[in-house]
Amino acid sequence: MSIENQHPLAEARKMVRELRDLGTISAPTTVLPAVLERLGQSDAYTCCESPIGPVYVAYNGLGISAVMSAASATAFEEAFRARFARPLRPVAALPDKLTRSWEQLWTGKTRSVPDVDLRGLSGFERSVLEKAREIPRGEMRPYAWIAREIGRPKAVRAVGTALRRNPVPLLIPCHRIGRSDGRVGNYAFGATAKQAVLAFEGVDVGRMEELAQAGVRYYGSDTTHIYCFPTCRHARRITDAHRVLLRAETDAIDAGYRPCKVCRPAIAA
Amino acid sequence: MHEQELPAALAVDTDGNFSRLVEIYQDRLYAFALRLSGMPQDAEEILVDAFVRAYRALGEYSGARIRSLALKPWLYQITLNVFRNRVRGRRLSLVSIEAEDALPARRAAGHAASQPDAMLEQSQLRQRLAARIAELPERERVAVVLRHVQGYSYAEIAELLEQPVGTVKANVHRGIRRLREALKVDEDWR
Repeated sequence: MSIENQHPLAEARKMVRELRDLGTISAPTTVLPAVLERLGQSDAYTCCESPIGPVYVAYNGLGISAVMSAASATAFEEAFRARFARPLRPVAALPDKLTRSWEQLWTGKTRSVPDVDLRGLSGFERSVLEKAREIPRGEMRPYAWIAREIGRPKAVRAVGTALRRNPVPLLIPCHRIGRSDGRVGNYAFGATAKQAVLAFEGVDVGRMEELAQAGVRYYGSDTTHIYCFPTCRHARRITDAHRVLLRAETDAIDAGYRPCKVCRPAIAA
Repeated sequence: MHEQELPAALAVDTDGNFSRLVEIYQDRLYAFALRLSGMPQDAEEILVDAFVRAYRALGEYSGARIRSLALKPWLYQITLNVFRNRVRGRRLSLVSIEAEDALPARRAAGHAASQPDAMLEQSQLRQRLAARIAELPERERVAVVLRHVQGYSYAEIAELLEQPVGTVKANVHRGIRRLREALKVDEDWR
């Protein structure tokens, strides 16, 4: 039955019927999960490569919500649900934008960082993690430095606890924070993994341990009379002949040195 | 929970009741977005965007405002705005418009091969109709879809589009006439 052969009224009726039928259609079942994910009420995850091997990465509309190493996808799902209590579904890969920022994390070509979902953390925990984000690649700071920088100089242990609760290690570089005596210290993925990431980012981990053993905490320059943390980019360009090894802040001040304004080993005058 | 109780529930707990809102309205809004855009992929993206916007808006509204919200026209307006914004954004790229124009016809041809004759004729007509609707001028397309695909009264559509009833009627009428002409041309070409 073709339309043109029919009576105009019948033809119009048929068209109206057909139009109505165009409305009887169900939304794809993927709409609700997609909406909840965009709103951060549920998450998707996949396995990603990193310098410490494959890790599980979960994300939602607010950003990356979790980075964990786990024995299997099931183990990761259990750990995720136990901590975040949100539905979780596996996907083949991160969305393009997140894939790019994840890859750029390891090339060091950019300082732009992907969005992260830090809901559920206290104000103190957030400020610790935001501060940790300011530490550049290849550099390290002690826990006490974070505590002082966020205006809670006595909360050194609490800083350690907050960093352990970092939901997105690697992304928020809690591995760049070490002990005040200069040792690398522990890490969510284990001390070995921490050393591996730091080495990947260009820290001479062996040298750091040597300095810690010798009690050296700062590098000074006898030309500028400025002292730095040993991994500070300004400390690294001091030539061997002019490098002065300092064991304590008081030694530096006694010798007439001032703290570096970039790595801020103490409040710069 | 029923549609009428939803605004009150959302006013108390937006997070907890939002998935119910999605479940209640997604089929209607999907049909709306699909017939406007003509593409299932686009329709789904429009729909997800619209719900996300609705959620964000609810977060900024006071409880009293949410309670007095007419959800249906409100959600249709958001969906229509998302659709219009996408079209506006896309007008810049000529390539995608051409590609999409060609697609419904090609798809209809490929799809037809596997169906028995009677069903084939019906589904072909329906697909041609869907493709022609997507080619109507926007204001006629919106009016025709709301009136004849979704079955809303002229008064409801006038409220939803914030247009006089006469304007809506005129747009529906012009749209239908244009559709019939377009389908006749289709027949003549075969």
